[in-house]
Parts: sequence; structure tokens; C-alpha cells
Amino acid sequence: MARYDRAITVFSPDGHLFQVEYALEAVRKGNAAVGVRGTDTIVLGVEKKSTAKLQDSRSVRKIVNLDDHIALACAGLKADARVLVNRARIECQSHRLTVEDPVTVEYITRYIAGLQQKYTQSGGVRPFGLSTLIIGFDPYSGAPSLYQTDPSGTFSAWKANATGRNSNSIREFLEKNYKETSGQETVKLAIRALLEVVESGGKNIEVAVMTREHGLRQLEEAEIDAIVAEIDAEKAATEAAKKAPPKDT
Amino acid sequence: MECVFGLVGEGFAVVVADTSAVHSILVHKSNEDKIMVLDSHKLIAASGEPGDRVQFTEYIQKNVALYQFRNGIPLTTAAAANFTRGELATALRKNPYSVNILLAGYDKETGPSLYYIDYIATLHKVDKGAFGYGSYFSLSTMDRHYHSRMSVEEAIDLVDKCIIEIRSRLVVAPPNFVIKIVDKDGAREYAWRETVKDADVASA
Repeated sequence: MARYDRAITVFSPDGHLFQVEYALEAVRKGNAAVGVRGTDTIVLGVEKKSTAKLQDSRSVRKIVNLDDHIALACAGLKADARVLVNRARIECQSHRLTVEDPVTVEYITRYIAGLQQKYTQSGGVRPFGLSTLIIGFDPYSGAPSLYQTDPSGTFSAWKANATGRNSNSIREFLEKNYKETSGQETVKLAIRALLEVVESGGKNIEVAVMTREHGLRQLEEAEIDAIVAEIDAEKAATEAAKKAPPKDT
Repeated sequence: MECVFGLVGEGFAVVVADTSAVHSILVHKSNEDKIMVLDSHKLIAASGEPGDRVQFTEYIQKNVALYQFRNGIPLTTAAAANFTRGELATALRKNPYSVNILLAGYDKETGPSLYYIDYIATLHKVDKGAFGYGSYFSLSTMDRHYHSRMSVEEAIDLVDKCIIEIRSRLVVAPPNFVIKIVDKDGAREYAWRETVKDADVASA
């Protein structure tokens, strides 16, 4: 049977896999995506580049669900994402069929990361140009999880993370401001983080919230606008408080 | 001696299956649920080879779920029935599944429907259907008393008439039956009709 036998991703003399690094570059150019894990809520937020006037924005969903209790957002090549998401969805159902149990977040993350790694070590293929943020609740313990994978196929669990454009700034913000949150506070933290690099407004970000009971819920533009307004008000209040004290002296 | 039958009423469809799992002369259990909830608004009542029955219906269930995740909307009952029939047809001339299926569903646009799918991949949309030796009795009883747009009470009354007929006239009649219903509020278990209860295990 005819098969490609020439590998495209090969080592450089100083131990780099350039194709993987170039893939990471593609991720760095992709839309910003942020994930925050709370005690009972996990939030994913993605930057939405201004939608073309004639485009039906509902057909461009950046945050997808893989199963009833697992969701994924990504940064990078969206076409590659479609392929990866499809394989993951099949694996979620296949797992349910063979062992009569829903997948754990770690299992499906391991699967996606394994797939990404396979494409760095196979003939005739290039790596997937995307990093994913995977969220979900463990089907039995109910513990919330957030994982990140990248084109090299590595994955790890996070309390909060960002990927894509300006992810370093967002991560810095999260490192400074992260604390254990729940419910709406988790949503606010995620949106605040995303607003560090994205133009303020509900039409520039897509946010989805996952809870144990209700699964994944995409927030409406109006809801996001309301939370953004809340955040802006809080920022203005802290600014005003900073300027006020000097009068006491 | 597996008995499966069902009918369509006003805004709902009901399916009934016996609940005995039999291997030659031994009854393994008499509370085996043979009506699987395919998704929120579909039921699959299956009879036939026990291994094939479970393997095949679970396979269909997971593929129906996959379609929903991929496309963001659930399959219609007709689509699910045609998919099921297609899978049976594909396997037919290689390693056929010995499973007979009554697929009941409720769609918002088209209302309730019932599909008869037999083991050689026949597909019929029907108002009432039945499989097995019990079908000789249940189909005749339904032919006599069925009319379109029956209420839930009338339909369950007819179901009970069929069960009585099967119990009195079939030589090795199954003792217990399960009744499940699907309507605009979803698919759910309606009732059991039991004459033999599995004895509770005595505590140590």
C-alpha cells in the first residue's frame, strides 16, 4: 500500500524540531483564548476578531463541546481544530461505548495531546497548528479541571491559563490576580483577563461557562456586555479611590 | 418468546417489551430492560439475539449522540430510523445482526412516530407494530381496538389488553413487561406489569 515515508518534522543539529516551533508561532498569531478554573464553575473565553458584516456569526463557534461534560477552546489554525475536535468527539463516544463510562478530562486531554504528538513523528504530515484549552468536570468526583495542550503534544493541568495572541500578558495578569473563585466571580476573572488584550465589548469576546449541573452554556452578547460594564465600573471605582486619599494629609 | 409491540397515539408513542432474559430452558432474569432510551425523545425497543441486541442498540445510541455533538442539533426520528436500517443493511451480507427493532420518537415539527425495523433491514413507518410470537396476539388485538389519535389512557388500556392476551394464549408467556412512552416532554418509563417479582436477596 502506498504510504508517505519521508518525515517532515525532523531534528535540527541543536536539538530543535523546527516544524513544531513554527506551529507554536502559528498559535502565537491566533486569537487569544483564556481558561479559568473555579471551585464549581469553569470558564472559557475567546477573542472574536471583528465579524464581517455579511457573515452569520452564529456559524463561527470558537468554543465547542466534546461531550456533555467536556468543552474545548483553541488558538491557532481553525481548520486543524475542526479535525482534532471531530476525532475527540468520536473518542468520547467510543469510550462510552466500550467501557460504559464517560471520559475523564485527563483522558481526553491525553488523547488529543497524543494525537498532536503523533503528527510530529509520522511520515508526510505536519503538526497541528493549534493549542487547546480543555475544561470539564470529572464524571464521578465532580472535580473541575482545566488542561492545556500544544502542537508538540505536551499537556498539563492549570488553575488558569491563556494561549494565542498576547497570552504572556494575560498569563501575567492571571498570576497576579488569580484566587479561588466560584460562580460569577470566575466568569468576571476570565473576562477581566481577556480584556487586558482585547478591545472592550461583548461583540469582541465569546465566553462560555461550564457547571456541573448545566454543562456548557454560551453567554449572550448582552450578558457579556453587562459583565464588562460591571468590570469597567469596578475599575473606575478603584481608580477614584487611588486618587482620593492624598486629600487626607 | 420475546414480545415487543408498540403504537402511536395523540401526541405520543408507546412501546412495550417483555423483560425476561432466557437461555434455552433457563430464565436468567425477569427484569431485563429491552427498551433503550436513544436520546431525549427517542426509544428503541429491541428483541433478538441478546448479545447483538445490546451491542447494536448501544452502537446506534453512541452514533446518534455523536451526530448531535457534531451538528449541534439532534437527529429526527426518521433520520435515526434510516441510519439504524442502513447499519443493519450494511452488515446483512457479511455478519448480520439478529435484532428486531421498534423505534419510537417525538419530533417537534412532525409529532410522534413509530418505525418497524426487522433483522434483515426492512424499514416501515407504522401506527402499530409488533415482533415475536406475541405479535400474533398483540397485532390482532391492536387491529381490533386501535384507532388513530388515542389518548394515553386508551392506549395503555389497549396495551394491557394485549398483555392479557399474550399471557393467556402464548405457551411460554413472559411474566413481566415494561411500558415506555415518548411525547413532547421526552422519553421515559411509564410502568411495569409484573406477575413475578425477583426475590430480594436476604441480608447477611
